[in-house]
Amino acid sequence: MTAILPPAERLWWKHPLDRVEGTWIAIAFVWCMVMFFMMIYWHINGRQNLSTETYKASPEAYQARAEAWASQYTVRVDETTGNPVVAPPAGGDAYLIARLWSFWPTLELEKDKTYRLHLYSMDYNHGFSLQPSNINIQVVPGYEHVVTVTPNQSGTYSVVCNEFCGIGHHTMVGTLYVK
Amino acid sequence: MATTTSYRTCSISGLQFESRAEKLIAANAVAGVVFLLIGGLLALGVALTRWPSVHWLQADKFYQVLTAHGLNMLIFWMIFFEIALLYFCASTLLRCRIATPKIAWLAFALMLVGAAMNNVAVYQGASSVMMTSYVPMPATPSFYLGLVLFAVGALIGCFVFFGTLVVAKRDKTYEGSIPLVTFGAVTAAIIAVFTIASGAIILVPTWLWSIGVVKEVDPLIYRLVWWGLGHSSQQINVAAQISVWYLVAAVAFGAKPMSERVSRGAFLLYILFLQLASAHHLLADPGVSTNWKVLNTSYFMYFAVLASMIHGLTVPGAMEVAQRQKGFTRGLFEWLRRAPWGNPTFSGVFISIIGFGFLGGISGVMMGTEQLNMIIHNTIYVPGHFHATVVVGTTLTFMALTYYLLPVLFKREVINPGLAKLQPYLFGLAMYVFCLVMMGAGTLGVPRRHWDLGFGGMPGAYEWPGAAYLMMGLVGISGVVAIIGGALYIYLTVGTLLWGRKVAVAGASAQPTPIPPTAPTLAAQSYGSLGFAAPGTFVLAMVFLVSFVLYYFVNWKYLSTLWGMS
Ligand code: HEM
Ligand SMILES: [Cu+2]
Ligand SMILES: [Cu+2]
Repeated sequence: MTAILPPAERLWWKHPLDRVEGTWIAIAFVWCMVMFFMMIYWHINGRQNLSTETYKASPEAYQARAEAWASQYTVRVDETTGNPVVAPPAGGDAYLIARLWSFWPTLELEKDKTYRLHLYSMDYNHGFSLQPSNINIQVVPGYEHVVTVTPNQSGTYSVVCNEFCGIGHHTMVGTLYVK
Repeated sequence: MATTTSYRTCSISGLQFESRAEKLIAANAVAGVVFLLIGGLLALGVALTRWPSVHWLQADKFYQVLTAHGLNMLIFWMIFFEIALLYFCASTLLRCRIATPKIAWLAFALMLVGAAMNNVAVYQGASSVMMTSYVPMPATPSFYLGLVLFAVGALIGCFVFFGTLVVAKRDKTYEGSIPLVTFGAVTAAIIAVFTIASGAIILVPTWLWSIGVVKEVDPLIYRLVWWGLGHSSQQINVAAQISVWYLVAAVAFGAKPMSERVSRGAFLLYILFLQLASAHHLLADPGVSTNWKVLNTSYFMYFAVLASMIHGLTVPGAMEVAQRQKGFTRGLFEWLRRAPWGNPTFSGVFISIIGFGFLGGISGVMMGTEQLNMIIHNTIYVPGHFHATVVVGTTLTFMALTYYLLPVLFKREVINPGLAKLQPYLFGLAMYVFCLVMMGAGTLGVPRRHWDLGFGGMPGAYEWPGAAYLMMGLVGISGVVAIIGGALYIYLTVGTLLWGRKVAVAGASAQPTPIPPTAPTLAAQSYGSLGFAAPGTFVLAMVFLVSFVLYYFVNWKYLSTLWGMS
């Protein structure tokens, strides 16, 4: 009779359900459906959807591409970090390399312009965590992930690695400027 | 198999224990508690290091200790205890002998060896890879091998459980269907088989890779399959913990399930709709398609969410109905006010139900939403969420169950009932705060698995807002209080086993006494108000729903202010 004994009615699937249960199941089901459609709705009408455009790429090939691109658009050297600051044209590609334990280069983007941001790890898993907005994307080695981004606020941002990547993980942080 | 065994009927609970099963249950439960103790000591290192003004351990030690904390807690403590629970739900609740006790001991030995091997590998220092051990970050071969051995042992344990169900059926120790609690245990065991298979599929090649036999394990495939283990194993915990909720409702109140159909149906939903939930660990990953993410997080996961929402209503609902039948019918909540709050078995479970739902459930669904995941992925919000599920939910539930089992299974009276009364409150409520402040820090972006908010003094590093430091300080303080609560539990259980007064034990018999058939009961609907058998619970459920809806949309609102992304 209680939950630790066999049910008295052999056919438990014919056991009546109480009104409180029926009502709650209906409400909970509707709520689950709302949450389901919310995701689809956001793909149609929302502005923050993570792209899934991905390519397999070898570290050498990716690095060569990123360096060629950087040499074209480097505007200065960042004094505090010594990293090149690269300002790609609006609508163009922006490459980021994550590796033990730094991000390269420092990007400089323009507000309300759109870029194709390429994320790639040369070694282990890393995290792309844009602060203070708190946008977080996984960076998986060997996979080039192209995310289309449109910064909506100017200022100095930081890119924090938030996937554990070894003993220097907590020193892995980069800068990103939006003009 | 003609073997000598005996059955004793517990004079307190009326439960019947087979002597060989009893020893196995006790051994697995005790092993679990030992790993909880180890994990708890390690938690002290983790908490005191993430508390910014204490910042206790060095970085290498911190990552090592965190790796060991995750593994000892999430894998070893929980699974040992769950194997004990499986044997209990089969052999004890069905009053039959346990199938193949020798093989069950082999399973136990494999698990113990595996857990020890894995721990040693981590303490040797070259395996600080976190419990997820994402490739290609390497650990020593014995790290993976230990996990594989442990998993094989646990798998054998599941089959002993299934075998025991067969024994009960064949020996006709019960009539009709198995009890609801055993049904929940079956759910847990079926999911466990799937989970362990995923673990083997990924950890065996990874082990081969670590010894140089396999050339490469794809990092993305690893994440996909690993989370088939990592996520589904959480569903084992949920199924096990909810079975215990029903069990406690039965033993603390004499409550019967409101409807067997609803409760069992909800367990079935876990089995049917959980298997691809590893998706919600990959929402921020490259290489997996949007359709796959949305389908697996919503279509599949929301049916599991639905199941949890159902249990969240039916467990307290069953308690309410039982209380109302005893005459506590005034107002909406007299049944709750007059509940046995001084009984740690009840209070632990109730604190667990509320915390699991409000803190663990709501945050889990929020982060499991495809787009919303981006605002918390890999922040310390994530450990905030899962300490609400696996600690407030499962661990506290198992602690509560222990207070019931001490006299019944271990035949000892609790050494210090006053402390036992206090323990669930101290541990549970400190954990509530701990989870909340971790989530708070996570919404400010603080990463998980991170040694230093100051980035080791890197030039140009990010400066966290003062609130982040404050939150992490509170994480440290509430963490330490929770650890004290956990230490109390260890003291009480170990102390009781060593020094507790012995309970008189009835004589044993050579044959099991079958469970007498239960008389059909009247419909439950004769109590309550508004045509509801459990109106108080329904009101609580509505409070839950409103919090859920508000919190969910607040997060969408925040997301809408961020950079455009497509
Ligand atoms: C008793 C009090 C406990 C405290 C104070 C505590 C503290 C913590 C903290 C602060 C973290 C996050 C560290 C970080 O990501 O930087 C953590 C991680 C974790 N904890 Fe606990 N914990 C406790 C109990 C438990 C229990 C009982 C379990 C499981 C049943 C558990 C499972 C985990 C897991 C799986 C992780 C993740 C490890 C990883 O990221 O690989 N903890 N703990
Ligand atoms: Cu990194
Ligand atoms: Cu990192």
